[in-house]
Amino acid sequence: MNLSLLSEPSGVRHEGRPRVLQDGSRVAVVGAGPAGSMFSYFLLNMAEAVALDVSIDMFEPRHFCHRGPAGCNHCGGIVSESLVQRLATEGIMLPDDVVQRGIESYTLHMDVGDVEIATPLMEKRIAAVYRGNGPRDSEPLDTHSFDGYLLELAQQKGATVIHRLVTDVRREDELMSVHCADQFSDNYDLVVIATGVNSRLMESLEDETQEFQRPGRTRTFICEFHLGRDVIRETFGPSMHVFLLDIPRLEFAALIPKGDYVTLGLLGDEIDDELMAQFFNSPEVQNCFPDATIPSHACHCYPRMNIKPTNPVYANRLVMIGDSGTTRLFKDGIGSAYRTAKAAAKTAIFHGVSAEDFKTHYAPLCRKIDNDNQMGKVVFGFGSLVQKARFARRGILHMVANEQSQAGGKRRMSGVLWDLFSGSAPYTDVFLRTLHPAYVGSLLWNLIAGNLPGSAARKEHAPKQERDRVEH
Amino acid sequence: MASLGKDYKDGEIIVRQGEAGNCMFVIQKGEVEAVAESDGRELRLRTMGVNDFFGEMALFEQATRTATVRALGPARVLTIDKKNFLGGIHEDPSLAFRIVQTMSHRIRDLTDRLATFEEHCEPESPE
Ligand SMILES: Cc1cc2nc3c(=O)[nH]c(=O)nc-3n(C[C@H](O)[C@H](O)[C@H](O)COP(=O)(O)OP(=O)(O)OC[C@H]3O[C@@H](n4cnc5c(N)ncnc54)[C@H](O)[C@@H]3O)c2cc1C
Repeated sequence: MNLSLLSEPSGVRHEGRPRVLQDGSRVAVVGAGPAGSMFSYFLLNMAEAVALDVSIDMFEPRHFCHRGPAGCNHCGGIVSESLVQRLATEGIMLPDDVVQRGIESYTLHMDVGDVEIATPLMEKRIAAVYRGNGPRDSEPLDTHSFDGYLLELAQQKGATVIHRLVTDVRREDELMSVHCADQFSDNYDLVVIATGVNSRLMESLEDETQEFQRPGRTRTFICEFHLGRDVIRETFGPSMHVFLLDIPRLEFAALIPKGDYVTLGLLGDEIDDELMAQFFNSPEVQNCFPDATIPSHACHCYPRMNIKPTNPVYANRLVMIGDSGTTRLFKDGIGSAYRTAKAAAKTAIFHGVSAEDFKTHYAPLCRKIDNDNQMGKVVFGFGSLVQKARFARRGILHMVANEQSQAGGKRRMSGVLWDLFSGSAPYTDVFLRTLHPAYVGSLLWNLIAGNLPGSAARKEHAPKQERDRVEH
Repeated sequence: MASLGKDYKDGEIIVRQGEAGNCMFVIQKGEVEAVAESDGRELRLRTMGVNDFFGEMALFEQATRTATVRALGPARVLTIDKKNFLGGIHEDPSLAFRIVQTMSHRIRDLTDRLATFEEHCEPESPE
């Protein structure tokens, strides 16, 4: 038995077993979150297209039909605009019972005022979903889990689900073996790690092999407030509410309306009680709720988030996808799961399953995501500066409000913020747009106009009811 | 339960022949019909249902819409931007596979219809 995952066991001849998938090849997918399910779906789809007979075993201890933590993969549950479109192009439509709410706009809350940024097409193209079957103790829903739906698609293509927790993955001669907590084990031609970042498997593989670095992680916070459908429609509408507050270490905060609940997600650098207290005590947050009172939450968790990629993300007959490999910083994690899953599936079907194949055909996508994340850090760095500078917040508010009130015309700041909040465009794209002379010129003008005495953004000290809410 | 896309009422026009276009559409619910208009007369090209797409030519060409598409009963339709689509294809060319497949079916269908039409129009050969 050889615990080394990445290096070849000595004496094994590579010519022995070809490192390509052939008729009868077996693939193990560890974890059936979005990455695992989409990998299985696309691999089986492509195999069918080229008349290749491969089988997939998906290892997943969770049942997504359960409510609360037992069925949930802990996330804000926003399926981005770009992913909704790409899935639709692939022929994967999100059914109505999976979509808890279609999001039409973002409402940005700052101490200097609120502003709503509407989707450019006035169309619902962002989906708010539950990863499991809803919060703990919620009523049985007439809805369906997002992860459960993707898993069903993979099963319909022929994948087999094995409800077991994988405790180890080893290299056995030229094959890989998967070992489960209940002593079950089996051999495979390819093992795909899609366990996300909240799993102990990545830790134990790193410790055992000492040959790859598991992803860097940070602690986040999610909770669910039960407010009821009608109250949510009235107070939150089909809008995702995001906050730009001067709270150190907080990178992104959002209230996401879903059926009877509103989900709160706090992302940043190790979210802790102190940061949460500051957030909940902000008037901008309290004012979002009826009677400016934050209700107690029905369900909460502190999931980890990937902030640094696994290195390397492949070996012979082994590949890491989704959060187990690399993902976009703070945004569109499910979109990255789709992109990495499909790229890995294409590599396995059309090229092979050797380290060299993954290096040539899969790693470039991971590098592209990682490079864009570097730009993302710059963009979030600017965000932190804005968090600290009230005059900048006033300028932004003024600029967005103007753009939103004018039909037609270039909506430069709205577009930048929309793509930043929704994760619809790469960070590099967003950053380059902020260098456009017209953007810079307009921002400078709005910084002046927004800070003139009498501007709407300067009336922040008035009570909420009397404050000029910027209407559109 | 909630839904994505935009709702159209029975008979409402989604795209109009001759207009410029820079997106395609995927039907989420209901049915739509594509009609070609010529000399004030309409020719129904096809009807389409859930998960079918239309308007895809605008993604590949700069030309105007070749047909009018309208809802047959209430319908819900999702828009796919040219930028998103082309960006996706740039990263993953296989994203276009389904569209190419559908376009190929449509060419086959039109060829069959043209052949049938020509058969009917051919002058009878003299005995
Ligand atoms: C607070 C927060 C909010 C977020 N909000 C959003 C958002 O709104 N939109 C968005 O796109 N992304 C969001 N993300 C990111 C998103 O959750 C992830 O990027 C996405 O879930 C990654 O999918 P995955 O399949 O790689 O991993 P996961 O979703 O984590 O799935 C991993 C699966 O593997 C299974 N598993 C784990 N260990 C084992 C094992 N040993 N054996 C077998 N199975 C195992 C788990 O049960 C799970 O089902 C958010 C993340 C956080 C932390």
